[in-house]
Amino acid sequence: MNPTLSIFRREFRGYFATPVAYVFLIVFLLLTGVFTFSSDLGNFFGRNQADLQSFFGFHPWLYMILVPAISMRLWAEERNQGTIEMLMTLPVTMGQAVLGKFLAAWAFTGVALALTFPVWVTVNYLGDPDNGVIVAGYIGSLLMAGSYLAVGACISAFTKNQVIAFVVSVMALLVFTMAGWPTVLDALPDAVPQVLEEAVASLSSYTHFQAIVRGVVDVRDVLFFVTFTALWLFANAVVIEQRKAS
Amino acid sequence: MPARVEISHLCKSFGPLRAVDDVSFTVEAGEVLGFLGPNGAGKSTTMKMVTGFLAPTSGTAVVCGHDVLEAPLEVKRSIGYLPEGAPAYGEMTPRGFLEFCASVRGLSGQRARSAVERAVELTQLQGVTRQRIETLSKGYKRRVGIAQAILHDPEVLILDEPTDGLDPNQKFEVRALIQEMGKDKVIILSTHILEEVDAVCSRAIIIANGQLKADGTPEQLHDHAWGGRALRVGVLGAQQGDVSPVLAGLPGVERVEFLGGSDHATPVAGAPAAGAGVAAPTASANGLLVFRVWPSGGQDIRAEVGRCLQQSSWTLAELSQEQSGLDRVFREITTSGGASDAATASAAGEASR
Repeated sequence: MNPTLSIFRREFRGYFATPVAYVFLIVFLLLTGVFTFSSDLGNFFGRNQADLQSFFGFHPWLYMILVPAISMRLWAEERNQGTIEMLMTLPVTMGQAVLGKFLAAWAFTGVALALTFPVWVTVNYLGDPDNGVIVAGYIGSLLMAGSYLAVGACISAFTKNQVIAFVVSVMALLVFTMAGWPTVLDALPDAVPQVLEEAVASLSSYTHFQAIVRGVVDVRDVLFFVTFTALWLFANAVVIEQRKAS
Repeated sequence: MPARVEISHLCKSFGPLRAVDDVSFTVEAGEVLGFLGPNGAGKSTTMKMVTGFLAPTSGTAVVCGHDVLEAPLEVKRSIGYLPEGAPAYGEMTPRGFLEFCASVRGLSGQRARSAVERAVELTQLQGVTRQRIETLSKGYKRRVGIAQAILHDPEVLILDEPTDGLDPNQKFEVRALIQEMGKDKVIILSTHILEEVDAVCSRAIIIANGQLKADGTPEQLHDHAWGGRALRVGVLGAQQGDVSPVLAGLPGVERVEFLGGSDHATPVAGAPAAGAGVAAPTASANGLLVFRVWPSGGQDIRAEVGRCLQQSSWTLAELSQEQSGLDRVFREITTSGGASDAATASAAGEASR
């Protein structure tokens, strides 16, 4: 079997060997439910519209907190337990190890996302939604989860301490989520040229996500998430290579 | 082609610290090499470089014809490695863990099953294969690590402190396993237990401060110990300045070292009271003076020394041979000032090959 696949399987099963998986799934489903249906937040019923905008609208914020809870252990635990030395002296390349771990974590968030199907059933039962838009929303959500995981995995590679990995990841994801918002843009000094400001704004995963959720799966938005993820995974490999001994 | 590990001019620096400094040696199949050294000497770092976990600052290692820098995957395929502390995924069972290692190593189906069975049997893990690794005792954890290392029947086994944390029975079993496997493999094991070197190793290397200090069979190191086996001589009623030349003048004496004196004639040299003696040895005219006498060429000069001192006006209060064995060689070589001894032992090792 391909080493990437072996690592993927081990990692993926690993989630379910500990309570982590179940706690995560329950919290994720509970929060998506609350955000979607609460009349103060998503207001799914009050909007009286057959779509899942109120469901997907909160995903960036949920992922900001919950994805680091998955990604924090990816490398920090390996380093803390010393198993990284075992793993990296098996005949696997750095790329295979990074990819196997990432894909397992991504598949796990995929499971969490798939378990939200009752929301989709509900909206179809109550009305006649455009299911194409909903599929686009799920694709966008999965892409965003992947990009957040890649950021979290890279940060996890820096430390042996899972708490540090979690806190720093939440901070980093907050910045990336809100990059297009005045909060972040106003923090840039006035001297920053317009081009750079636009570049920073284009890093906002929130903006790209919203574009996809509206039902327009634009190549540029998909490309953004794919490139963003790939870059962070590359950085992850570099960090591990440099710091595995320390 | 028989397995072979060639390490040439391996260096590793961590910032200003030179952890491994120009270490070179070759190990052939059938050799069990004991890697000895105090903690922090560079044993683990050397092993980490040979197994491809750490990149050397300079120099390289060639394992079964593959350079660790150019073909790390081939090197990793031919090596079974037990890292220090035998790390393993705590939430897995030994069986699950070994199956994972087998699948990463490209074993599947029947081959994977029989490899796992064999490793479990050899390390006697049968009773715990379905228990989570984190719940296992230290000895079992270590055996899981060894099982992982021997899983694919590698040509080269590198074991970092394989018997650490095992009880005497388990130690015996692991050593028997190592000796059995050492017949046709290259085995490099690190340890700071010297009896282990006697028990399993066909060759020993002593490393200190990142440098290779001695290389030879355990017997050669023992001989070296005998060659340097010193006498402790305690004399009463004498002045240090008088005794030293007399002892040094005896036939077969290489060198005389004054260890200290005591005003109270207590036969405990090196005790706090001896400090004053070192500072002003002539002052302890009536106290005990202790000397270390080094024979040249491994001669037994006890009779010689005894006779000489009986004929003198001084009283011979103590005459004993200092403890021998690997631990003394070890201590001598790994603390400063052992350079000349190291050269001797190293030359002996060179000549043997």
